[in-house]
Amino acid sequence: MSPLVVGITVFVLASFVGFEVISKVPPTLHTPLMSGANAISGITIIGALVAAGLGASFVAQVLGFLAVATATVNVVGGFLVTDRMLEMFRSRSDREKQKK
Amino acid sequence: MTSILYLGAAVCFILGLKRLGSPGTARSGNRLAAFGMLAAIVLTLVTENVVNWGTIVAGLAVGSVIGAWAAVRVQMTAMPQMVAIFNGLGGIASALVAATEIVVDTDLSHLPAETAISIIFSILIGSITFTGSFVAFAKLQGILPGRPLKFPGQQAINVLVGIGVVAVSIWAALAGVANAYWVVGGLSLLIGVLGVVPIGGADMPVVISLLNSFSGLAAAAAGFVIQSNPLIIGGALVGAAGLILTFQMTEAMNRSLANVLFSGFGTEGGGGAAGGMSDLPVKRATPDDAAITLGYADSVMIVPGYGLAVAQAQHAVRKLADALESRGTRVQYAIHPVAGRMPGHMNVLLAEADVPYEQLLDLEQADPQFAQTDVVLVLGANDVVNPSARDDPGSPIYGMPILNVDRAGTVIVVKRSLSPGFAGIDNPLFYEDKTLMLFADARDGLEKTIAALKDL
Repeated sequence: MSPLVVGITVFVLASFVGFEVISKVPPTLHTPLMSGANAISGITIIGALVAAGLGASFVAQVLGFLAVATATVNVVGGFLVTDRMLEMFRSRSDREKQKK
Repeated sequence: MTSILYLGAAVCFILGLKRLGSPGTARSGNRLAAFGMLAAIVLTLVTENVVNWGTIVAGLAVGSVIGAWAAVRVQMTAMPQMVAIFNGLGGIASALVAATEIVVDTDLSHLPAETAISIIFSILIGSITFTGSFVAFAKLQGILPGRPLKFPGQQAINVLVGIGVVAVSIWAALAGVANAYWVVGGLSLLIGVLGVVPIGGADMPVVISLLNSFSGLAAAAAGFVIQSNPLIIGGALVGAAGLILTFQMTEAMNRSLANVLFSGFGTEGGGGAAGGMSDLPVKRATPDDAAITLGYADSVMIVPGYGLAVAQAQHAVRKLADALESRGTRVQYAIHPVAGRMPGHMNVLLAEADVPYEQLLDLEQADPQFAQTDVVLVLGANDVVNPSARDDPGSPIYGMPILNVDRAGTVIVVKRSLSPGFAGIDNPLFYEDKTLMLFADARDGLEKTIAALKDL
């Protein structure tokens, strides 16, 4: 199989996995789900690291730097803010435990 | 071997997303996904032949500081803006990865067709996500007006730009000219602006979900460019997640995606002229009246809307609920899927105020309960409780699923004025006999009600 066909296969299968995994998320968690998913889309940082590490022309380095920086904001900010939100989601029993 | 380790990172993403689906496991799920990301980053730095460490370290440092600062500082009420910005930055990162590929390649005309097409898709989707997200941010933050912005010739310009980007993309792929790729990028940035500007503030839950999906698709496209499976898998997962939320939101509005994106729904001024009901009498209530009505109820259902976020009233709501519960009243919350400015916005605010998530009911859970509820307290919500959507086939929002609050014994609406909601439609609920109108800012009105409740 050519790399393109492999890539398309992976893409289609991963999309189906995504639909299966996410379709039953309760509305309460929609915001953290979205910001967590958003952080995962920062996986493009891998491409950014490769691009920035090439050591090519000045223009390529500037673009690589911007790619790494923006992707890092996405990854670090996304996971942290999701964690901050989820820390607040408590059940009644958690709340009582905390009071004691 | 490297590929197997990358696969491990992708598995972390899938399991992490799965655990994000349940309140008890969500936090560990997010951490698992973050661990997968860290592993993928370390793996890349170790295995790739990195020449230029300075650029990488600088990028990582700058990005980490900004990202961490934003994540720690942001208010929960501003979460939609924050997610919009993160979406936008993720999108432009993918576009920049593809752009670097163009700069590095000395002979673009010999690029394989699939690489050229992948580069175009990366730049196109990533750039649209970038400017679209920043326009959404500006609308949510109040920098741009929330109403749909329209100007003469808008449709024609959109069509021209659309045709232009397709034509230049084909030229770029066939001729392999670097400048053609840059023109694709420029036009895509323009499309992001033109696309979001005519969409109104209350439709932002759909827009943010869709841009979330786009940020994933941009990453997947970048994965095709550099032939990297973790990018394709991660991107596809996020693309799917965003798309699911997008369609859940449009379903909750009973509108098609095309209608949300292209119809410019909502009024120009948001005031006065709409509807002919404004002359009808309403029952005004004071905070004392509200306290008496709530204080002697057995069951209270609170319906929050965007006004709650604007007034930062989530903690006041919780205080009122505590006061009522200490009197033996059963308090629950009914949350419409499109209440607020992003999916789940109200739930996050109430979680911040330490409301246990079991008390938060969604549309289906809340619906059968209204008939048995003594008092419904509507806080800064309007269109999602408008009975016209159910009763009046002539109404622009007819068919949208609503919270049937008018089936409860009494309805108290806390609202700043009688002005119609985002859709610009008058709300017959306000003029009903069982409805008490408490004209106040949500937080101020609640605090006065709590004070009055103490004297009861």
